[in-house]
Amino acid sequence: MNTLNKQKKNVKNIVSKQFLTFRIGNENYGLELSQTREIIEYAGITQVPLMPNFLRGVINLRGEVVPVIDLAVRLGRKPIEVQRRTCIIVVELANNDQHHVLGLLADAVSEVIEMDDENIEDAPSFGANIRAEFIQGIAKQGEEFVVLLDANNALSIRELAHLVEAELQ
Amino acid sequence: MNIDSALQTFFAEADELLVSMESALLRMDEGEKTHDIINEVFRAAHTIKGSAGLFGLDDIVAFTHKVENVLDLARDGKIEMSGDLLSILLPCRDHIAHLVDNAVHNSEADAECIAKGEALIDSLSPWLGESEKPKVATRASAPVSASDNLKSERDLWHISVRLGPDLLRNGMDPLSIIRFLGTMGTITHIATITDHIPDAADFDPEQLYLGFEISFLSDAVQADIENAFMFVRDDSEIHIIPPRSNISAYIDLIKSLPEDTNRLGEILVKSHVITFDELTAALATQKAQAVAHEAVPLLGQIFIKEQDVAPELVTAALDKQKKNQERRTAPENRFIRVEADRLDKLINLIGELVVNRQRVDLLASKMGNTNLIEAITSMGNFTEQIRDAALTLRMVPMAETFQKFKRVVRDTAKELGKEIELDIEGADTELDRSMVEKLNDPLMHIVRNAMDHGIESVAVRQSRDKASAGTISLKARHDAGSIVIDISDDGGGLDLERIRKKAVTNGVIEEGAHLSRHELYQLIFHPGLSTAEHVTNLSGRGVGMDVVKRNISELQGSIEIDSEVGVGTQFTIRLPLTLAIIDGFHVGAGNIDFIVPQNTILECVDLGSLPHVQGQSCVNLRGEQIPYIRLQKLFALEELENSREKLVVVQFGDKRAGIVVDVLHGEIQTVVKPMGPIFQALKGIGGSSLLGTGAVALILDVQQLIGFAIDKEHSRNGALVSGVSGAQE
Repeated sequence: MNTLNKQKKNVKNIVSKQFLTFRIGNENYGLELSQTREIIEYAGITQVPLMPNFLRGVINLRGEVVPVIDLAVRLGRKPIEVQRRTCIIVVELANNDQHHVLGLLADAVSEVIEMDDENIEDAPSFGANIRAEFIQGIAKQGEEFVVLLDANNALSIRELAHLVEAELQ
Repeated sequence: MNIDSALQTFFAEADELLVSMESALLRMDEGEKTHDIINEVFRAAHTIKGSAGLFGLDDIVAFTHKVENVLDLARDGKIEMSGDLLSILLPCRDHIAHLVDNAVHNSEADAECIAKGEALIDSLSPWLGESEKPKVATRASAPVSASDNLKSERDLWHISVRLGPDLLRNGMDPLSIIRFLGTMGTITHIATITDHIPDAADFDPEQLYLGFEISFLSDAVQADIENAFMFVRDDSEIHIIPPRSNISAYIDLIKSLPEDTNRLGEILVKSHVITFDELTAALATQKAQAVAHEAVPLLGQIFIKEQDVAPELVTAALDKQKKNQERRTAPENRFIRVEADRLDKLINLIGELVVNRQRVDLLASKMGNTNLIEAITSMGNFTEQIRDAALTLRMVPMAETFQKFKRVVRDTAKELGKEIELDIEGADTELDRSMVEKLNDPLMHIVRNAMDHGIESVAVRQSRDKASAGTISLKARHDAGSIVIDISDDGGGLDLERIRKKAVTNGVIEEGAHLSRHELYQLIFHPGLSTAEHVTNLSGRGVGMDVVKRNISELQGSIEIDSEVGVGTQFTIRLPLTLAIIDGFHVGAGNIDFIVPQNTILECVDLGSLPHVQGQSCVNLRGEQIPYIRLQKLFALEELENSREKLVVVQFGDKRAGIVVDVLHGEIQTVVKPMGPIFQALKGIGGSSLLGTGAVALILDVQQLIGFAIDKEHSRNGALVSGVSGAQE
């Protein structure tokens, strides 16, 4: 029994993380599953005036008002066009003892994958067209690459607030 | 019994006591040196010491004990409550507060804190020494011997016996039991309980009516003592409390016995099993715990018993204790202590109820069933009443906040060598608790500023033919759905030229810029603009007037300044009453829903029907010029075709302006949801709210909105005076 537990533990040490993967345009991205809360259908967003492009507006998530970020714009891509499969990934970020809930617009959600640490490669220092600190690593899935995002950096509340402030000035 | 909750009760109680102690000390400082008031301070210290002792908070006990000694002497009239003594007692109070705070955070006193405590005790010693020298010995020895006694007497067994009525008939003699006890040790005290002896007419000579409370000094083990009662045990009620038992064992005993609490207490005290202090303290804590556990009936019982006419010593003392409590809690004896979180939860739930009601409203009016609509309307009225009632739960009077300033003003004035009086008005004006907390710092800063830079030194004041004592007044009042707080001083006033120079030097404005008085005053809220010629350790401590302004803005409030050189300065803070739920007016502009707070709206009119002032965004409304802004333009919203624009006329303070929208939807009760930190920089939108349909609407912050519009216009025109701001002046 003991050895079995030990083995299990060992296994766990190797299988480090689960990721939720989704598509933006023709690219694959992943977010740590532990940071995602739910996926909801896109059903209208209340625009907030004068906001930068990446901030699409706010939604009512069961009584909570949650800002929705266009991840594509944030990553330097073209804004997402709302289609049938467009959805909102609700993420919860812990930051200095504070919890922030954000909605992320995505073209489509794919699946949950489990990735060993050893199968995750470091972000390339250039060539990804994405700011390096936004990337936690790159995983290979079959023939395709999945960009694993570092949500705390890519969605840093402080930086987003600064961008909003800059837009307003 | 839950120590933790009892400890929390102690902390809360200590807080209250410290506040009343401070206010009493300050009143004495103002010259009100009656016996009662010295007593009040003494009692506060005494109760804190007593309760702290129960929880083993030794450093609080040790320090407070010293303070209490001094107070005791003052109470007996042996020393005088001089200004010097008060100046030491106030920091002593702070030190106690600090120690209590340490206990709250479960942190050890650091070296600095210990040194401070010692220094304070040292400075108290002259008072303890001088007047008491001959008595010091007795004073010092008295408590020691008392506690020594206490120790030895706590070594006593306490035996409580209520004998069964049929013992005599069964051939038992209670006296023989007591004699038998005597063979195992010494009976140091015995009280016969005769309460149950009936009137002569009902008296049955064959029946036993007696009970005993016995203090017993013995090395015997409990089983041996129990054996003494072996033959009567079944019919009688017997409690045996071993030596050195916890005080609560005695209290439990008292409570379990049918007789009067006070009488039993008295017997216990007389028999030296417990001391009177312990008894009262224990009863008090018991009460506190009872409250904590919401064991109301039990508490009531104790109270009722206390009110009976009861023997001198204990009752007198209990009365005293009770009076203490009554006096201390007199204004709030009908209050219940509720956790703030619970209240917030209730208010959130009511918020949800309000939102859901909108939804039901919407569905009902779609169905068009008159009966249903009627029922829902009446339910709506109740919802509104519930909401209003719930919101008042969070309202607290400003008194507590203002109270703090008495101390601040007193200390600061001394520090500055100025004479300053504090005038307080409208302390009973109520404000949302969460706002009161956030208001503390800005108020503190303004008051400190007024004392430091506003009020002149005595010499200057005299040369200016002013009373040598300056006055700072704090006034709170309600005004049309908001609360207004005025902070004014009769000091030197703001020197506009100096503000301008400083602003130019610091590059805040350009040389020769044309600014109105109002705009010049607003400059002092600019970061990095302190008008003081020299920075003292009071103001200029890092928190500037810009922080004041920001804090007030965060509360959806505004701050205005009015000043006259040589006469004084007045700050006026205007705040909404509550932040949680508001009455709003639902409008639409572009494709976005907005809510305008109802209390700012004067009227709504068709924009097309009003004569325009040529070339300006300004209409003539019954002779008055109302400048307006278009939400659609200001917020760059989608332009609706065939929109019949409406003008919502709003008022804030004494200013009026118009907001042009596309659609008027109607009144709505809404729950304010904060927009979150990302939208911090967005001006003019104070929060968001959910509509009955589930959609999100944005709540306009009218004042910010107008300010934002003016700013925008400024940056566009490069000019400083716009239509809107012109009308404001």
